[in-house]
Amino acid sequence: MDVEEVDPISGRKTTGHEWNGIKELDTPVPRGVLLFLVVTHVFALLWWVLLPTWPLGTTYTKGLLGIDERNVVEEKLAAAAAARAVWEKRIDTLSYEQIRADEGLMATVRSTGHQVFGDNCAVCHGVDGKGRSNYPDLTDDDWLWGGGPEDIEQTLRVGINTRHIESRVAQMPSFGRDQMLERNQVRDVAAYVYSLTNPEYSTPENIGRIEAGREVFLTTCAACHGEDARGSREVGAPNLTDAYWIYGGTMQSIIESVHGGRQGHMPTWDERLTPAEIKILALYVNSLGVEKP
Amino acid sequence: MGQLTTRERDLAAAILLVLAIVGIAMAAAGRFDPIGVHGAIVLLYSLGLLYLIMSSSFGPPPDPSRISRYYDDPIKVGVWFTLLWAIFGMFIGVWAAAQLAWPSLNFDTAWASFGRIRPAHTTGVIFGFGGNALITTSFHVVQRTSRARLADQLSPWFVLFGYNLFCIVAVTGYFMGVTQSKEYAEAEWYADLWLVIVWVTYFVLYIRTLARRREPHIYVANWYYLAFIVVVAILHIINNLTVPVSLGHAKSYTIWPGVQDSMVQWWYGHNAVAFFLTAGFLAMLYYYLPKRAERPIFSYRLSILSFWGITFFYMWAGSHHLHYTALPHWVQNLGMTFSVMLLVPSWASAGNALLTLNGAWHKVRDDATLRFIMMAAFFYGLSTFEGSFLAVRPVNSLSHYTDWTVGHVHAGALGWVALITYGSLYTLVPAIWKRERMYSAALVEVHFWLAFAGTVIYVFAMWNSGIIQGLMWRTYTGEGTLAYSFVDSLVAMYPYYIARAFGGLLFLIGAVVATYNIWMTVRGVPALAERHEDVPVAAHLADGAATGPAE
Repeated sequence: MDVEEVDPISGRKTTGHEWNGIKELDTPVPRGVLLFLVVTHVFALLWWVLLPTWPLGTTYTKGLLGIDERNVVEEKLAAAAAARAVWEKRIDTLSYEQIRADEGLMATVRSTGHQVFGDNCAVCHGVDGKGRSNYPDLTDDDWLWGGGPEDIEQTLRVGINTRHIESRVAQMPSFGRDQMLERNQVRDVAAYVYSLTNPEYSTPENIGRIEAGREVFLTTCAACHGEDARGSREVGAPNLTDAYWIYGGTMQSIIESVHGGRQGHMPTWDERLTPAEIKILALYVNSLGVEKP
Repeated sequence: MGQLTTRERDLAAAILLVLAIVGIAMAAAGRFDPIGVHGAIVLLYSLGLLYLIMSSSFGPPPDPSRISRYYDDPIKVGVWFTLLWAIFGMFIGVWAAAQLAWPSLNFDTAWASFGRIRPAHTTGVIFGFGGNALITTSFHVVQRTSRARLADQLSPWFVLFGYNLFCIVAVTGYFMGVTQSKEYAEAEWYADLWLVIVWVTYFVLYIRTLARRREPHIYVANWYYLAFIVVVAILHIINNLTVPVSLGHAKSYTIWPGVQDSMVQWWYGHNAVAFFLTAGFLAMLYYYLPKRAERPIFSYRLSILSFWGITFFYMWAGSHHLHYTALPHWVQNLGMTFSVMLLVPSWASAGNALLTLNGAWHKVRDDATLRFIMMAAFFYGLSTFEGSFLAVRPVNSLSHYTDWTVGHVHAGALGWVALITYGSLYTLVPAIWKRERMYSAALVEVHFWLAFAGTVIYVFAMWNSGIIQGLMWRTYTGEGTLAYSFVDSLVAMYPYYIARAFGGLLFLIGAVVATYNIWMTVRGVPALAERHEDVPVAAHLADGAATGPAE
């Protein structure tokens, strides 16, 4: 089928081949394409001459500029570390009081704290620190282990219920499941605890159960939560008389807590964050809360 | 099946029996492992096909004159595979996109978690939809441009059904957590071995058909199909060299250590893009574009330049996926420079396609099918430019690991691969089923705008979110610390993730419309009398001068 043919629209000859009706024009490669080819190849050649590119057995061409990725990144890291060292050192050495007094340093704490908190703490406590079910709200004035920067630093460092040797330890035993309390005792004590924050629950028909629950509370729960049920920061026992609940303040969730117990876990950050970062976080988290020491 | 001889049916039955026994062996050896479930799937698949074969085994012998016609039955089945995988893969894609905006859409189940449905999406669309489209159109194009019937009766079926078994095993495996953790090569060792058998059969079938051609020259589309088949075989085998834990376990370990594994993986990954998603679909472009536009290819010389440029340069470019990693600096630079040089042959292909439309632009305006093909060539040019650009190390330092990469991939996958496929299908379906036209030109038009709008929304959303992400991740405060936490960047992504899911949804609706339209074409549009020109040479010559030059 090699027939010379001219395409009427372009005025070009075809190659003379035809496949299932398809023909091809014999158009030469446009100049622009060739020019473009030259430009990209010159670019590649320059890159090859200037930078490490081609393998040579056990080594490679180093390039005229002498740039090496590893050295570049090390230099950049060193420069960044030097820039940070100025204020990091001050945070390391100054007391919380002194840092607080320094508005410039506090600005650094807030901007750095936001990022460190976001990348390490927000996954449980939320970006805004408000927590969610099973994870404490860090913006209120209710603290299990204390909300001063020193307390928070300690919690951050050793964690809660961790393997750290100094770990803060707090266990709400499973009174129901481990049969320390009878089933009706669990209900009674839950009713009592519920009534502490829900006065309208103390109706004449409930009062008997609440009273019975109070008895159980005083003998079983008061050791940690205190006779007034206001909790204790020594043992990380929550205040049961306020509006803040980690695991929920409904009757159902209180029964669940008494029956099955609660063992919250806060990781230890001792080896994962630098001392300066922990201090920054302590100040940052403290500033989220309402309570100021 | 009607065209198979008794002997071919017996052979098919024998192959399926062997496969069923392999299925039983897998189910038994792997009864405490996901491979056992796969054994059951292989068993059911082969028994189902065996039932089809057996139920037709006493049918009348095939018409002897079939040998003088093209073999289009496997193409028809391939069209349905293509359409169904498209809907499945794109649905999973929309779901995965929605999970990024609303994470609880995994319903707290392991099988529907993002990490599992994402490979189900990529495999569903790339291998399920794309792969079936390539096999199907290659059977069509190689016959037409060689004026030869497929070289064998049984092996086209083996390739088609065998390939789909691979896809099914791969995708069901991901839902069970079976993965090699290699992107676009997630399927485990037994699926990979099966694909090798299928692929070699495909290669032999293709090369034998080409050898039977009655044209003096091999048409460009066949160069690309052949490059696709040969290189994918090489890539697949080398990247999937693994040692299974045991024959009864799905898990295997790669033989490539450390950073060499990364290099092999991305040499594979990038050339999968090059030879699966580019070369194969360029083959479609080179046949269906001039066919639909009824214009000669702009320049044969440009075709040669692009083909050899693409096949040569792509092979070097894989390391640009590993910029700023443990991979030695020089390997990164080498990959980068070849990626830049690659732009010329890529754009030469896109330009060759668009310039072919000179003299047919009025058809682009009026014919949505040709517009699909034109827009595909445009997106091909766009994403190849973007690819070379993103491969430049300093650019990559901003774009890498961000949604920009995802946007780039989808400019290619939606804008190029899917648009060229649907444009080709709308040309192929009436030709194969011998229908005068598609059931509804209006629905093709609707599909075009859904697909185009979906792609544009998707890609713009990802460009925005990717660049914002990249910038947020590298912004430092005056004190030398990062300005944003990772979560901050996620919050900033939220509106774009919703827009992306919406764009994907439009594209999915378009795919459903296409399937309906093609279904109604096959069902409802009356068949034409035999097209005189659409037969291989023997019959062609018999008809004599009456046919004249084709088309």
